[in-house]
Amino acid sequence: MTSIKEKIYKWIFATLAFSSLVFLIGIIIVLFKEGMPIFKEVTAFKFIFGKSWYPTYSEPEFGILPLILGSIWVTLGAIFICVPLGVGSALYLHELAGHKQRAILKPIIEILASIPSVVFGFFGMVIVTPFIQKLFHLPTGLCALNGSLILGIMATPTVCSLAEDALSYVPKSFREASFAVGANRWQTLTQVVMPAAGSGIATAIILGMSRAIGETMTVLMVTGGAAVMPHSYLEPVRPMTAAIAAEMGEAPMGGSHYHALFAIALILFLVTLVFNIIAEIISRRFRIKLGLSG
Amino acid sequence: MHNRIKIKADSINFFYNKVQALKNINIDILEKQVTAIIGPSGCGKSTFIRLLNRMDELVPHTSITGKIYIDDVDIFHTSADPVEIRKRVGMVFQKPNPFPKSIFENVSYGLKINGIKDKSFIEEKVEMSLKKAALWSEVKDRLHESALKLSGGQQQRLCIARCLAVQTEAILFDEPCASLDPISTAKIEELILELKKEYTIVIVTHNMQQAARSSDYTAFFLLGELIEFGKTQDIFTKPNDSKTEAYITGRFG
Ligand SMILES: Nc1ncnc2c1ncn2[C@@H]1O[C@H](COP(=O)(O)OP(=O)(O)O)[C@@H](O)[C@H]1O
Ligand SMILES: [Mg+2]
Repeated sequence: MTSIKEKIYKWIFATLAFSSLVFLIGIIIVLFKEGMPIFKEVTAFKFIFGKSWYPTYSEPEFGILPLILGSIWVTLGAIFICVPLGVGSALYLHELAGHKQRAILKPIIEILASIPSVVFGFFGMVIVTPFIQKLFHLPTGLCALNGSLILGIMATPTVCSLAEDALSYVPKSFREASFAVGANRWQTLTQVVMPAAGSGIATAIILGMSRAIGETMTVLMVTGGAAVMPHSYLEPVRPMTAAIAAEMGEAPMGGSHYHALFAIALILFLVTLVFNIIAEIISRRFRIKLGLSG
Repeated sequence: MHNRIKIKADSINFFYNKVQALKNINIDILEKQVTAIIGPSGCGKSTFIRLLNRMDELVPHTSITGKIYIDDVDIFHTSADPVEIRKRVGMVFQKPNPFPKSIFENVSYGLKINGIKDKSFIEEKVEMSLKKAALWSEVKDRLHESALKLSGGQQQRLCIARCLAVQTEAILFDEPCASLDPISTAKIEELILELKKEYTIVIVTHNMQQAARSSDYTAFFLLGELIEFGKTQDIFTKPNDSKTEAYITGRFG
């Protein structure tokens, strides 16, 4: 009797555990099924490298390079913000902050991570947009820079807490060994702790990037939405996520535009998948290097 | 032969967060001798040995009274630089802790952080230190491989070599063989006897035979107090204190 019960439980939990795999496969199938038809109309090369995105014209053009570049620009800009902020605050938390400061700062950073992206977007629209507009005398403050700023702030908690984890995985014994041969704090940090944590920090940065490139609501709200080749951080851009979110509602189901948006989603999915795989590989090496269990 | 005093602990009291871990410790550690510190777990052996090169500073919220002199210099004096002290007095830890760097980089680390750039000098010094640590013949063909590929015993000798490259006067060992097999342990003990010719050595150990075999002087700690200190031979054959006798005959601890 009990053995049947046990089997049932096991079966239920196994189903639950494998359900995420089922979802993942389902999503991949849908992305391929709905995305691939666009390549009957344009070649994959023209789709990815085409410079004009006019999906609703009577002679539509499906070149997503402006969207890809929009994503890349905004993400690169965000990196310039979230890496110094995130890694810097991780170093501060780990090296310099006392117990009391940590007890206050860590929860604050975690709260920052849990703020819904629409709130960040709102903040960008209401505060950052007029600020950028006035500062640079622009017709609009909705631009790539704005997106980068907000995404950078949004990715900072991710980078910070992952980088801090990486630093805290560095065994205390390495620090002791370094001090014991006469190194000071700074030398220990830069020559032992940071190299030891280096690949862990790299993982943190990649996952921060992955978060930035996949973020939708904020970029939709603050980047201005112009699907043109970006020339300046002070001009509007339309990253891939924003294009999907903004256009999906208007794209007739089963039409070319609809398929093109799915193809964009497919590309995004593949990009973030690659990011995450790289991050996983690096962090595995990191754990092996530090002699932690793989 | 009469050795002079290298390290002198004078009325040391030490507190972790107001909890007293050492009570009025007085010891004279003689130059180029091996001084063993024995006692049951938690009696303050590590706490004491870590004071001798100011490694205690890595632990927050501690306080200390009393003085420690190295060559008559008060190491807790405000003008004393802990970094300078650690260049003279090195430390080898309970668990081998090589950096996740190459064998060569591990040994040269101390030189590099001290601003030495001369490559041939560094190479010589690395070779010499590895030789002194009785590791050279085992690693000379793979100096640029990761130190983490070495066995535990080799790693511990690498850590000793890392000290020897920088530290010139004294080496503190905190249970250096606690995680090693008997053969590696024997090698380290042999090495300690060899190093004694040039260095003042303090070794914390749990292993009574190890203390008896490799030390000249022995200090017995119990609950933060120094119960007895004297020539190893005397401590092991005719201890003055009944608690010492109980401990070395294995009746507690
Ligand atoms: N970092 C620390 N913070 C608080 N108490 C400590 C710390 N390190 C050691 N102690 C306490 O000090 C006492 C002596 O510890 P220790 O010197 O490590 O003993 P031993 O090396 O002889 O085993 C123990 O009671 C231990 O709990
Ligand atoms: Mg100890």
